[in-house]
Amino acid sequence: MADKSLELFDAGHRACGGCGPALAARLILKGCGPHTIVTVSTGCMEVFSTPYPETAWKVPLIHSLFENASAVASGIEASLKKQGRNEHVICICGDGATFDIGMLCISGAFERGHNITYICYDNEAYMNTGIQRSGATPYDASTTTSPAGRQSFGNSRPKKDLPSILAAHGAPYVATCSVAYPNDIIKKVERAVNTEGPCYIQVHAPCCTGWGFDGKKTMAVGKLAIETGLWVNFELVNGSVEKAKKIKRRPVEDYLQEQKRFRHLFKPNRNDAEIAKIQAIADVNALKYGIDI
Amino acid sequence: MPLNIGCSARPGKSQENKTGSWRVFKPDFHYDLCTSCGTCQMICPEGCINLIDDKFTPDYTFCKGCGLCAEQCPADAISMKKEEK
Repeated sequence: MADKSLELFDAGHRACGGCGPALAARLILKGCGPHTIVTVSTGCMEVFSTPYPETAWKVPLIHSLFENASAVASGIEASLKKQGRNEHVICICGDGATFDIGMLCISGAFERGHNITYICYDNEAYMNTGIQRSGATPYDASTTTSPAGRQSFGNSRPKKDLPSILAAHGAPYVATCSVAYPNDIIKKVERAVNTEGPCYIQVHAPCCTGWGFDGKKTMAVGKLAIETGLWVNFELVNGSVEKAKKIKRRPVEDYLQEQKRFRHLFKPNRNDAEIAKIQAIADVNALKYGIDI
Repeated sequence: MPLNIGCSARPGKSQENKTGSWRVFKPDFHYDLCTSCGTCQMICPEGCINLIDDKFTPDYTFCKGCGLCAEQCPADAISMKKEEK
């Protein structure tokens, strides 16, 4: 069992108050334990936790480039294997580094079958550089590179289904979780690091600055994403769904209204056609994973 | 400070950065209402709520005053009030 009182991510980092990814980092390290080597990609988490010469991490950590965290982890894992050591090797990367920039290296590491755990904290845009859209940005979210206006309703493409892509690589364990359920993250990370082979975990980490809500609502917004069906907490073991969190679904407006990035759907006039399209995404999720009670 | 290729830093050195100065609202803990469930300690993004003498005590040197603990406390034992400096 993971020691939940263990603090391996120290105070004094420079994240915003109420930061979802900072909370995710703490919970991930509680799940891994102290015998862990972490590789991070460039991203918000790397920038706020390791401004030279400070670091918030109390485990060995290496940052190389934006795209190659999983390639660095592969090398570390191969070296440890040769030396007969059994530390956990994990990558913690943002959604930009996972969905767009690092895709090649991740695919390679999973195909070679390295015993690593890849954890993506998904805040649904490139938050560090000023909220540009990524492959993880949901449909109709307004970002600086997909701004809402007279001609556009925000991001015009749906979110990429990366868990399924990596499950198709033959990953033995793929899971999604949310910072709104802390014990769930710890449990899933602990299971992933103790599973032989490449595992993938995607943590939904609401970003108060990028999404436009008050920092105290980080967990409430994360919970709403699950209650509306726009985010599903599930576990894929050897490619098939083992468990998905069942809920009594609420309409998607409850989630959208909380955030500034979806404000254009309600002001100046309510845009029922676009809200219906987002509701359809939630309905597809519900059907796919069978989350309705 | 020399900056070479391949820099390293001492673990937990971020403690030198006292983020408590960012705070606008300060969490006030009411121990008569507290049920010691540990939710605040689990969800604090700073990890600055510690169990001292069986009481969950925030470390105001690092608390940024985000209010997540007050929002999530199931016993409503934490209230936010404006910081007086």
